[in-house]
Amino acid sequence: MLMMPQPDAETIARRAEIAADLRAIVPGEGVIETPVEMRAYETDALTAYRQMPLLVVLPQTTGQVSRILRYAHEKSIKVVPRGAGTSLSGGALPLADGIILGLGKFNRILDIDYENRCVTAQPGVTNLAITQAVQHRGFYYAPDPSSQIACTIGGNIAENSGGVHCLKYGLTTNNVLGIEMVLITGEVIRLGGKHLDSEGYDLLGVMTGSEGLLGVVTEVTVRILAKPETARAVLVGFPTNEDAGRCVAEIISAGIIPGGMEMMDRPAIHAAEDFVHAGYPLDAEALLIVELDGPRAEVDHLIARVSEIAARNRSQSLRISNSEDERLVFWAGRKAAFPAVGRISPDYICMDGTIPRKKLPEVLRDMAELSRKYGLRVANVFHAGDGNLHPLILFDANNADELDRAEKFGADILRLCVKAGGVLTGEHGVGIEKRDLMPEMFSEIDLNQQQRLKCAFDSQGLLNPGKVFPVLHRCAELGRLHVHKGQLPFPEIPRF
Amino acid sequence: MPQSTFAPTSEAELESVVRGAIAAKTPLEVTGRNSKATLGRPVQAAATLSLSGFSRITSYEPEELVLTAGAGTPRSEVEPLLAARGQCFAFEPPDYSRLLGVGDAGSLGGMIGCNLAGPRRIKAGAARDHFLGFTGVSGRGEIYQAGGKVVKNVTGYDLPKLLAGSYGTLTALTSVTIKVLPAPESEDTLILEGLDDATAIRAMSLALQSPFEVSGAAHLPATINAGIAETLLRLEGVPPSVAYRRDRLAALLAEFGICRSHPADESRARWIAVRDVHPFAGDQSRIIWRLSVPPMEGARITAAIADRADAQWFYDWGGGLIWLSLPSSDDGGAQLVRGAANSGHATLIRAPQDVRAAVPVFTPQPTALEELSRRVKAGFDPAGILNPGRMYQGW
Repeated sequence: MLMMPQPDAETIARRAEIAADLRAIVPGEGVIETPVEMRAYETDALTAYRQMPLLVVLPQTTGQVSRILRYAHEKSIKVVPRGAGTSLSGGALPLADGIILGLGKFNRILDIDYENRCVTAQPGVTNLAITQAVQHRGFYYAPDPSSQIACTIGGNIAENSGGVHCLKYGLTTNNVLGIEMVLITGEVIRLGGKHLDSEGYDLLGVMTGSEGLLGVVTEVTVRILAKPETARAVLVGFPTNEDAGRCVAEIISAGIIPGGMEMMDRPAIHAAEDFVHAGYPLDAEALLIVELDGPRAEVDHLIARVSEIAARNRSQSLRISNSEDERLVFWAGRKAAFPAVGRISPDYICMDGTIPRKKLPEVLRDMAELSRKYGLRVANVFHAGDGNLHPLILFDANNADELDRAEKFGADILRLCVKAGGVLTGEHGVGIEKRDLMPEMFSEIDLNQQQRLKCAFDSQGLLNPGKVFPVLHRCAELGRLHVHKGQLPFPEIPRF
Repeated sequence: MPQSTFAPTSEAELESVVRGAIAAKTPLEVTGRNSKATLGRPVQAAATLSLSGFSRITSYEPEELVLTAGAGTPRSEVEPLLAARGQCFAFEPPDYSRLLGVGDAGSLGGMIGCNLAGPRRIKAGAARDHFLGFTGVSGRGEIYQAGGKVVKNVTGYDLPKLLAGSYGTLTALTSVTIKVLPAPESEDTLILEGLDDATAIRAMSLALQSPFEVSGAAHLPATINAGIAETLLRLEGVPPSVAYRRDRLAALLAEFGICRSHPADESRARWIAVRDVHPFAGDQSRIIWRLSVPPMEGARITAAIADRADAQWFYDWGGGLIWLSLPSSDDGGAQLVRGAANSGHATLIRAPQDVRAAVPVFTPQPTALEELSRRVKAGFDPAGILNPGRMYQGW
């Protein structure tokens, strides 16, 4: 189990006083302090970890957020921002001595601007609600994390969320135009807007994916896209992972960027097929779903090319969707992969590394080896286009050491990804889950430089401490510049 | 003017140059191929740090969609290599050599440091959206890396975003990893003639609201386009798709008059001219501004400026990017331009050095944002060694 920073007993002792102070900012039901009511906030989607917060505060206006943060800053109280609590990496896990700042009441869409092709919303609006607000006019918001029915746009910014369509349409960071945010000092700043390029340091780019460590987003402007005319999918079975992997590489090399390209391995195919009966080929070692979207003329043309490429790469079976219903059936198994795995195992954890695609067969082979070593099953779903791997490790938390073994297995998988030239997380975030693995990818100097960015935003380290970074340094210590005394390698540099 | 030039060829050498500069308190002007030295404010530095020695393409894997190369690698070496494999930088980086009167399209590091993007910005994003990872030496004199070498990564803060558009003020880049994408197989451009600015922007907005994947939307008013206003709408992709979308789009825009269309070669040439700002490349004495604004505000902003100055302009990005040319003046027209463009940003792109030293080249920021940006700078370059004053006066 991962360790969180030692709670500050003095802050905990002041709990009643802090609750009263917060209530002066957010009256009535805006401050939650009873254990029963706070229970809803004790975990996020990384449910193995639970912690009751000090208090929960639910502001409704930017002004209130500003006053809460200024208060927390003055009194040195830690703050954990929270959207819908769907983080898979523990990004919203509470701290015993920290306030949960819930943005659930920021639930209004503020502006829909079709002419400039953007929507401005409060951060607590769900991802799907943005699409729903504009779909009658043929628009949608492109990033589509599988939790889109529940996850909020503010949380999407914190995590830089992806989805199955992000190879073609980008992650959150490529689809956000502007935000209003509050710093821990209570200062309110605006970054970006309805225009495309902003000057100055790209702090909007930095905020996106910063996992709640830099500031609290209070308004979001995202770009919306016209929905493609049509979409069709191809379902292809392969005798080996190598064949499927080669097929993916050839599709990309042929200049085709599909709207979605998903791969599943044998255990995932079987779990999904048993659950939703999508007609997946049970004799295949690997299954590929390739979705082409766009004008019908283009989709038909590309479907034919993808089919040829699949045939060249020893596909065993190939089906092309001939109706919207059929396309949705092809996807049903993939979309239900997690609950399907949940049916065949009491518990599972979902990993999220990215690898160079060509390393897939090798990584899957090593993963099978690890599966034997830890005595735990693993099923793989894979965003094949961009190399983002989601191994699902199956375990039973009621068996004494299985959670521990599953976590160790997961850590070894992520080490494999880094060793293969990849990264620890493609879209779920570091949070607490991958925090202690950061040194696998970054040196101490790399991590210190990242923390100096944190210091520029939050010099006391009050926002979401204990997440992302395995070792916390004081900003004063990080800021020190070591000039090597009397050591001037280039004394000829003229002074002025 | 800088009196000496350091041109390190290894990260260790670069680290020692920066450490030496910190110890001697002598700032460095960071350059690649010097093609964009006049973008931004003039830097007061004691020496030049050239990154042209970091010019090796270390890996290019077309099927992985990534390229890793030295920051000083000339774009003229990389882009033909990509083209030979049917790929490109999807953000269509511009070549301002004619606009700025220099002889080179520059280096990869410069392309990223200035966060440049061409007409396809509306569909594919800017340099920032394709910059995956880097190695470099911070103003603290430390070699470090951030990001990764794969196309999808959220591990740690997105420092590549921070470095894109930072004009070399945070880190001297040595190696960059950039996402590459398939180049469109074919293209076609639809042209509407004779529209006034506001009507043209409305037509471009309708085109961009359609599902026909317009990848370029520019309007050239009559004054800069041989006496006839033209609105250009580009379609790219596989041939059957381009033909289909061109016809559908022409039908959609029927109310704006008759459309012509350009064959692929001519289309390419037209968009290079838009991308590289050729309409304003001629008379080097005029001041050039680049405005990034909400698209539907474009016509209002240019009208407000034209009311009070001998201005010329054209639009890209469906009206969201305005290229503006003004006669030379003491403040380069800063007050007029920034007064009119009250939402978005106005960047002074071409002006004599004394003008760029005297007026803010980048739009002044509100206090809280400026203070935050200064703290960020201090986190990477506490001694103010790297390109001081390049973006904002005094830091």
